[in-house]
Amino acid sequence: MIPPLLRPRRKNPILRTRLPLLPPWARSRAALGLTAAAAIGRFELQVCAACGSVQYPPREACQRCLSGSLRWREQPGLGELISTTTVHHSHDLFFRERVPWQLGMILLDAGPTVVAHLHGGCAPPPSRVRVGARLDKSGQGVLLAFPIDEVPNMADDRQLREMTCDPKFRKVLVTDGKTAVGQAVVRSIIAAGADLVWVGYAEPWKKLPGLAALEALPQTALLPLDLTDSQSVKQIAGEIGGRVDILINTAEVHRAHGIASRSGVEVARAEMDVNYFGLLRLAQEFGPAMRARGADGPSSATAWVNLLSIYALSNYPPHGTFSASKAAALSLSQCLRAEMRPGGVRVINVFPGPIDDEWNQLLPPPKLSPEALAKAVVKALQDGIEDVYPGDVAQEWLARWEESPKTLEREVSI
Amino acid sequence: MLERGDARDYLDVVLAAPVTVPYVRYSIRNAHWFAAQALSRLLKASGLDKPDIDGLSVGSFTLAPDTAIGLTQHLGVTVRWLDHIPFGGACGIVALRRALRAVQAGDAEVVACIGADTNHVDSFRQSLGSFSVFARDAVFPYGSGGPNASFAFLTSYYMRTYGATREDFGKICVAQRDNALGYPHAMFKKKLTLEEYLSARLIADPIRLFDCVMPCAGAEGFLVMTRRRAQALGLPYALVRATCERHNAFPEDPIQTRGGWVLDREHLYAAAGVDPSDIDFVQTYDDYPVMSVIQIEDLGFCEKGAGPEFIRRHSFTTDGSFPINTSGGQLSVGQAGCAAGFLGLVESIRQLTGRNLARAVPEARLGLAVGFGMITYDRGLCSGAAVLGRKDA
Repeated sequence: MIPPLLRPRRKNPILRTRLPLLPPWARSRAALGLTAAAAIGRFELQVCAACGSVQYPPREACQRCLSGSLRWREQPGLGELISTTTVHHSHDLFFRERVPWQLGMILLDAGPTVVAHLHGGCAPPPSRVRVGARLDKSGQGVLLAFPIDEVPNMADDRQLREMTCDPKFRKVLVTDGKTAVGQAVVRSIIAAGADLVWVGYAEPWKKLPGLAALEALPQTALLPLDLTDSQSVKQIAGEIGGRVDILINTAEVHRAHGIASRSGVEVARAEMDVNYFGLLRLAQEFGPAMRARGADGPSSATAWVNLLSIYALSNYPPHGTFSASKAAALSLSQCLRAEMRPGGVRVINVFPGPIDDEWNQLLPPPKLSPEALAKAVVKALQDGIEDVYPGDVAQEWLARWEESPKTLEREVSI
Repeated sequence: MLERGDARDYLDVVLAAPVTVPYVRYSIRNAHWFAAQALSRLLKASGLDKPDIDGLSVGSFTLAPDTAIGLTQHLGVTVRWLDHIPFGGACGIVALRRALRAVQAGDAEVVACIGADTNHVDSFRQSLGSFSVFARDAVFPYGSGGPNASFAFLTSYYMRTYGATREDFGKICVAQRDNALGYPHAMFKKKLTLEEYLSARLIADPIRLFDCVMPCAGAEGFLVMTRRRAQALGLPYALVRATCERHNAFPEDPIQTRGGWVLDREHLYAAAGVDPSDIDFVQTYDDYPVMSVIQIEDLGFCEKGAGPEFIRRHSFTTDGSFPINTSGGQLSVGQAGCAAGFLGLVESIRQLTGRNLARAVPEARLGLAVGFGMITYDRGLCSGAAVLGRKDA
């Protein structure tokens, strides 16, 4: 039985904030394949290209036929829990603060025996379980054994919550609530149990539909926030920066066209000012405080979400300058991810294909609805996934890009 | 080519001069210091001079960045045969086997076999994360319980599968502590009651405090030489009747309930010309009590799974029906890194040469010393054993 997570009590401001610690994060290069798959929500193990045997722990050569060709392949993860232990004493500071900690040894149907974190809903051994991969607080892939069937309060499991960024009882900043995407994200995150959502809106003189309805929700608070204005970002960070558990940067400027069909750099500069410099301003003002609060109780700071674009992977010439600004933001987000890692705060990048909004008017369907995008953001938080490619177009671009970035470049240079 | 069963015997080479560098919980000295003290004691015990030692075998985890070669210059020894065996609990048996053959083959005349490690205040914790690639990738990130958590899985599985109880393991630990009370170098000098064992602090369920060894610093050593040389020196010596060594046995087992001994015991006893029932004492590799039970089974003293019943039927003190770990074993003496792989051998040589520091096993003529070690992922990979005999056995 997993006890439901209770609303955390108000923080006592006199007490010292617990400093963030990370579980051991050193890995061999081979083992980082587990991390790479877990970052996009997959559980993969090395499979021998020659003889097909599944390997674990990760290694350099097939333990059966010695082939040096091991490929990471998605696994169903089903297996038998053959033994368990509860660690009461650890030499590691992270776990020392979190014992008792449950572990399981699982014989996977695919062959290998794995050691995994054990979800509290698993029946005692021998029992059937499903092993999945998650990113732990250090950002590295680890294995976690789940019960086969959903149990009540599944997501509230204490150990699982150390590996996810569940919005339940957390305080969230959505940087731009004026767009359809921003508003959908606010509604979804409230539905997922967020305690309080600050909603940023720039240019308050522009009356845009939907904002008043958002404001009427009991969990929201509207804040004037202009990502192109360093002072504005600094001021809001000063007001709420120490309380933001999840920051979702939905602000973006998106205009069509590439290079030759437009003269001057003004539009491109506006895109960069929000899409790239806006992220930089936010990161400088909100990043350090969030990083320091990575272990601040059950509703600690936990995630930073960037709304990027699938065009960040490879330039889409009809939206060429927009693509470039998102590529710049992607690069910066990798820097941010490295800098947030010591605090255990996850940086989540969302790479949608064309969203069904006015700036993608000329693009054919399928286009991603703001609601679907918002759902993908919430799911990424709940699953603790690092890179999300929501929708059919994004998935297709990703598959092409993974196979050959150069081929994709030629395919889209219309 | 020789058939395996026809492997040459060891009757022209012997083991002598068992030494111990007293253990300390923590030391500010390096492993080199403990190795030096061990070598010094070996010379003193044998009456040999440094130049007489022309072979050196070193088991150590904490010499880094040195290996055995750096140690030769450090200790000022010139040898023509050198070995470095960082195989933890198996390094004593492995060192013994290699040294015996080296002396038989004439590659060395006297080999000093030394297991030495230090333990600084934080060095055990630091060693956990760098013990092996698999441990770093697939065990250490999961609670960092170190070997405690790994053996908790095995212990829990064994208990469930074969009906062992905490009391069964406790009986072994309590008996070993009784044995340790007669051994001056044991780190634990207080009697252990079954109640204390059962109610000790939980470490990794079902393992509690007294199931775990205490990491410490220290060294053990002995000399391997020809029988003729030992006789000329007037040294008491023990004979090696047979040995075995096996690594990564039964990789297909989903969880460890047996070691490589199962593959080798038949040859071991055949080569030694003895039956398990002839053995007068056993020095198990007792890093956790479950491993002692598994070794008792795998080395033929009872069937697989009959360990719990065997425990209930026997007593394990030096004067008991089945004396094990007669100086207290690691559980009571302490685990000085690779020296732990030598502990049972050194104690066996003492018992069989009448140079006891611990209480003597009455009329002991044959002893079995077991090596086990290197849990690089989910199981101990190395297993070895040696049947030793009194010189007239």
